[in-house]
Amino acid sequence: MPEEARFRSYYGQPVLQEPAWEWPVPAYLFAGGVSAGSTLLAVGADLTGRPALRRAGRLGALVSLGAGTVFLVADLGRPERFLHMLRVAKPTSPMSVGTWFLVAYGPGVGVAAAAEVLPARWRLGRLLRWLARPAGLSSAVVAPGVAAYTAVLLSQTAVPAWHEAHPELPFVFTGSAAAASGGLGMVCVPTPEAGPARAFAVLGGVAELVSARVLDARLGLVREAYGTGRAGRLRHWAELLTAGGVLGAALGARRSRAVAVLSGAALLAGSALQRFAVFEAGVASTRDPKYVVVPQRERIARSRDEAGVVGQPPRQAE
Amino acid sequence: MTEHSLYGPLDDVAGEAGYDDHPPRMGFFTDTSVCIGCKACEVACKEWNGVPADDFDLLGMSFDNTGHLGANAWRHVAFVEQRAQDLGMPSFDRPGDGSGPESRTDFRWLMSSDVCKHCTHAGCLDVCPTGALFRTEFGTVVVQQDICNGCGYCVSGCPYGVIERREGDGRAQKCTLCYDRLRAGEEPACAKACPTDSIQFGEVDELRDRAAARVAALHERGEVGARLYGADPDDGVGGTGAFFLLMDEPEVYGLPPDPVVPTRDLPAMWKRAGLAAVAFAAAAAVAFAGGR
Ligand code: SF4
Ligand code: SF4
Repeated sequence: MPEEARFRSYYGQPVLQEPAWEWPVPAYLFAGGVSAGSTLLAVGADLTGRPALRRAGRLGALVSLGAGTVFLVADLGRPERFLHMLRVAKPTSPMSVGTWFLVAYGPGVGVAAAAEVLPARWRLGRLLRWLARPAGLSSAVVAPGVAAYTAVLLSQTAVPAWHEAHPELPFVFTGSAAAASGGLGMVCVPTPEAGPARAFAVLGGVAELVSARVLDARLGLVREAYGTGRAGRLRHWAELLTAGGVLGAALGARRSRAVAVLSGAALLAGSALQRFAVFEAGVASTRDPKYVVVPQRERIARSRDEAGVVGQPPRQAE
Repeated sequence: MTEHSLYGPLDDVAGEAGYDDHPPRMGFFTDTSVCIGCKACEVACKEWNGVPADDFDLLGMSFDNTGHLGANAWRHVAFVEQRAQDLGMPSFDRPGDGSGPESRTDFRWLMSSDVCKHCTHAGCLDVCPTGALFRTEFGTVVVQQDICNGCGYCVSGCPYGVIERREGDGRAQKCTLCYDRLRAGEEPACAKACPTDSIQFGEVDELRDRAAARVAALHERGEVGARLYGADPDDGVGGTGAFFLLMDEPEVYGLPPDPVVPTRDLPAMWKRAGLAAVAFAAAAAVAFAGGR
């Protein structure tokens, strides 16, 4: 018999429920990452005198945050009850923690972006310009949390592919966020001002690629959920696009605007596909009972070994 | 928050949830060795709780046409048909002579009525961001339907695959251990309807004793496959309020063999996320420091 995982099950039925979530959730993961990274780029650009990068960062942060919020609400079973999220603050629920991160993060993003579009001849425009820097800074404090918490959001579940990935997933996600927001900067900002966006994108892209590989190397059986089917295909393309984008950003994007736009777009696409790949791997890992039964059986066997139990547990009919 | 409240044994579940004065923890002991697969529990539950009975399917899984616990199945009777590996010695006894396990044929049928486990550390409850899921004074886990916004997090938080979002309704649904009946001093509808007392309702402490005695009795009679599932406060969810006596390994009934509440790893997960967040901010700083 080949080393196919052997296990018993109830008519091959799944043990777990399939996630209730659909495409808006990975889309939100992507959008939230773009927003968080763009906020950091905007604040840095503001402090170092790069107006074009600042403007792109502020507007990009608001648009992606807006899109992300729409995705989040769209995936609720009762969207009109969205505000019920604000009834409680629950440290054991990453979704609750994330909601409060967004509450702290959003207003600053809104003010900073509004300052970019309202004309200075209006009194409100002048007021916002004056407020924009502190507002941006207030969001920048929360932005890393916004980029990273989504990994815990997925991992704090019984979904094997998400839970097992918890040590590396935060690095995959923050890397993906940096790559995407850097990519957005490269697409929108003229090359002389886009240096920090390129650097951020390269650092993020490399972090994403490396941590995804580290994750693969560590995972047991559930690696299969990441490597096969839809998740496997998405992941393959995510890796190619991100790697291509990183190379372009590092080598050609400084001199050629065309290369910058292409690499930036590749990084954005790679980041998005990475989120969808992780999401799909999770869904796949709930559909097949082996991802639940086999590792849990191994855990039981290990703890029996440690306890020095000999012999097999009583087993009756097959 | 202490680590204790996320994982491990917990004596006073309702007390931990903030009830000063509360009734004892109530639960189910489902003794599958006497289940006859009549599905009275499924029907009684639907009747009492108004659970829709609209998905009629023939699943081809023995007599099981319910399939799995879910939004519209708060009790689920599993049917397992098993062929013994060794057929035993040929016998010259007349049928009906014996009644112990030695008289069995090579075929057996396992039936088991599954239900929400009302975990000591409930993954569903831990992740619920609205507070819709709550711990009752009886130590059970219930969704408040007027609060739930259908975020779906609990669906992935449950290590047993119990709770589900109901299609067309959008809210999460599962067994309430008949919270309304308990408050009126009644036992849950399924336990009341069960004709063989396979489903026993009562104080969890008392039920655990009863279950241990029953397993011992079965072992004595040669039923070596009998085992308890969920009755151990040292297991991955701190023991369950609704636990089972099974005749074979849990996965044979579609149950996870060693479930662990995902919250156990929460401190470790946030630590890694914190590191990743710091690295993210540092990368931005580096990007500007070395900016060209
Ligand atoms: S079995 Fe699942 S739905 Fe029931 S209390 Fe435990 S975690 Fe919640
Ligand atoms: S779907 Fe409802 S019960 Fe489940 S976690 Fe979300 S708000 Fe709570």
